[in-house]
Amino acid sequence: MIVSLQGPTDIDGFRRAARQLLTRGIAPDRLVWRTESGSPGLWADDAVVIDGAPAKPFSVPAWMAPLCESALLHRDSGRFHLLYRLLWRLVSERDEVLRHDELDPDRRAAAQLAREVGREIHKMRAFVRFFPHGEGEALRHIAWFEPEHHVVEANAPFFVRRFAQMRWAIFTPGCSIEWDGERLQTGPGVDRSGLPPSDPGAALWLTYYENIFNPARLKLAMMAKEMPRRYWKNLPEAALIAPLAAAAQARSECMLEAQPTPARRIKPMRRP
Amino acid sequence: MDLNRKIAILADAAKYDASCASSGSDSRDSLGGRGIGSTEGMGICHSYAPDGRCISLLKLLLTTHCQYDCLYCVNRSSSNVARARFRVEEVVDLTLDFYRRNCIEGLFLSSGIIKSPDYTMEQVVEVARQLREEHDFRGYIHLKTIPDASAELLARAGRYADRLSINIEMPTEQGLQALAPEKNGGAIRRSMGRLKLHIDQAREEGAKPAPVRALPGAAPRAARPPRFAPAGQSTQMIVGADASDDRSILASSASLYGQYRMRRVYYSAFSPIPDASRALPLTAPPLMREHRLYQADWLMRFYGFEHREIIAADDGLLRLDVDPKLAWAQAHPERFPVDLNAAPRELLLRVPGLGVGSVDKLLQARRVRRLRAEDLRALRVSPSKVLPFVCVDGHKPGTPTRPAPRQQALFA
Repeated sequence: MIVSLQGPTDIDGFRRAARQLLTRGIAPDRLVWRTESGSPGLWADDAVVIDGAPAKPFSVPAWMAPLCESALLHRDSGRFHLLYRLLWRLVSERDEVLRHDELDPDRRAAAQLAREVGREIHKMRAFVRFFPHGEGEALRHIAWFEPEHHVVEANAPFFVRRFAQMRWAIFTPGCSIEWDGERLQTGPGVDRSGLPPSDPGAALWLTYYENIFNPARLKLAMMAKEMPRRYWKNLPEAALIAPLAAAAQARSECMLEAQPTPARRIKPMRRP
Repeated sequence: MDLNRKIAILADAAKYDASCASSGSDSRDSLGGRGIGSTEGMGICHSYAPDGRCISLLKLLLTTHCQYDCLYCVNRSSSNVARARFRVEEVVDLTLDFYRRNCIEGLFLSSGIIKSPDYTMEQVVEVARQLREEHDFRGYIHLKTIPDASAELLARAGRYADRLSINIEMPTEQGLQALAPEKNGGAIRRSMGRLKLHIDQAREEGAKPAPVRALPGAAPRAARPPRFAPAGQSTQMIVGADASDDRSILASSASLYGQYRMRRVYYSAFSPIPDASRALPLTAPPLMREHRLYQADWLMRFYGFEHREIIAADDGLLRLDVDPKLAWAQAHPERFPVDLNAAPRELLLRVPGLGVGSVDKLLQARRVRRLRAEDLRALRVSPSKVLPFVCVDGHKPGTPTRPAPRQQALFA
C-alpha cells in the first residue's frame, strides 16, 4: 500500500496519515511511503486514501513528537517507514520497554537521524554567509547555502529572530526563504549561477581570519572535524586554509629563532 | 593606518585569549527592536581557524599599546611589535558588519592599558554601550575587565556585557609576581569577588516573583532589575610559562570555581610570540598538557572528582600518555569492577570511557530491563576501554592488571 505525502517535509501529512493508519490497524511492513507529488501512476490502485475520517485518539511518550519533528527532516528515504514503525510498536503493540529504553535499535536509528538533522540545523546557522546587495531602499543581505537535509524552512524562524530588522534572503538548491522585515516568504530552489557575486567588504573578514589563527598550534584535523570540507566551497575564508597551514611551520620557527631585540623604552605608569 | 592593517594587528594580539564562548546568556532576540542580534543559550561557532579553535566572537584588542610589562604577553611595553589603536566607532561598525554577514555571535573586547586603568576600561565600556544603546545590538558581548578599574566602571561593564572576565594569568601568586610585576594577585581576586557579588545579586533579583500590584494608579508591573553579566565570569591561566605543576594549577582552578563561581577556567598553553622575551621557555606550546588539563577540569565540574584525587604522581603532573580518568582508574584498582546493573550514578561516572550522556542512558534503560554487554556497543562507547572496568550481563572482567611502570620522557 502506498501513502503519498505532499513533499519531503510534510510532517503534518505524516501525522494525519499515521493516525488513520494506526486506527485502521495497518502494520508498517505493508506500507510504502512516497513524497514526490504527481500522479501515483502504476500503483494508483494501491494508494491509501487519507481522508478526514475520525481517528482513534492515542498517546505517545513525550520524546516521540520532538523526535518526529527533527528526524523527518532527514534526507534518508526510509525515515517515514522508521518513524511509523516506532509509532506502531508504541501504540499497537504497547511496547512498554521501548517507552523507556533509549538503546532500542529503532529508537537509536531514529535518534541518529534526529542528531544528524540537529547538527545540520546548527551548522546552517553557523555557516550561512550573508553579503549586502543593492543600495538604499533596495539593500538586502543575501546568502547561498547547500544543506544536506531538509532544514531550510525549519531554520527560517531562527534567522527571523536574529535579523528581524534586516531584509535578507537565503537561497538553496531545494528552496529559498526571504524576509522583508515583516513577512517570511518561501519560494522554490534556485541555481547558484543566478546570484550576484559577493561584495569587496568581505575582505575585512578574511583579514580577521588570517590573523586570529595561531601558527604555533596548527591542528587541521580538529578544524576539519568541526568544519567539514563539504561546507568549504561556500565559506569565503576556507580558501585561506591551505596557504595558512603551509606557512605555519615556518612562521612559528621564525618566532622561536628570532634574536632578542633591545627592550623598548618603558613609560612610567600613571597611578590614579 | 587603514582599517585592514588595524584589524591585522589587533586581531593578531587578541588570539592569545582562549575563550570564545558565546553560550549561557539569557535568551533574547531582535523581534520588536531597532537592531539585530539574538542569543538562545547555545553558542554558535561560525568558523574554525586552522589551529582547530572556533571563531564565535570577534576577538579584538582596542589597542596594543600597553604600559604593563608582563613577560608572557605580546603587547608588553618592552616589546617591539607593531602597535595600533581602534577608535570606538570602528569596533562598533566592524562588529555590526560582521554580525550582519553572520560571521560572528558577537564581540570579545580586551585592551592594552593606556593612560590609566580607568581610562582604558571606560573606552572598552563605551564600545559596549554604543552597541547596546545606540544600535540596540542584542548579540553576545564579552568584555575583558581590568582589575584595577573602579567599581563604578565594573558595574557599568556588567550592565552591557553578557560575560566579564579577568585573567588570573598564573596559577600561583609567585608566578604572577615574577612574570607580571605590575599585576597584583590580590587586586585580581578582589575584582573577581566583586563581580561575583554583582552577578549573584542580579540573578537573585531576577528570580524574585514580581509583587502583585492592584492599587489604582500604580504601574502594572515593576521594572525589571538591571542585568549584570548573565553569562557569568570566566578566567584564563597560562600553562608552561612558569614552573607550576598541574596539581597547583588544578588547586587554583578548584578555588576559582568554588569561591568565585567561574563559568569556565581556560588553560592557555604558552605559545611562542613575536619578539618574545628570553626569560621564557621558547619551545612549541605544550598542547597535550593543555588538553589533559581541560580533561581534568571536566572531571572536576561534571564527574564529581575532587581536584586532590586527580593527580597521583609524585611530580604533581598529569600523565600525558592516558587521559586523567583512565589514569585515576588504573591507580585505584580496588574500586573496580563496577556493576553496570547496580552501581549508583557517581560510580558509573568514574568508569573510563563512559560520559555523562552514556551514563544517563544506561540509568534510563536499566529501570526497565537488565543491561547487557551489547548495550555498550549501542551507546557508541569504546567497549575495549570500558569492559575491563565493569561487570554486566554477559561479561566479567579478569583481575585488572596495573600497567608496568614506565619511565616518563624527561622533557615531555
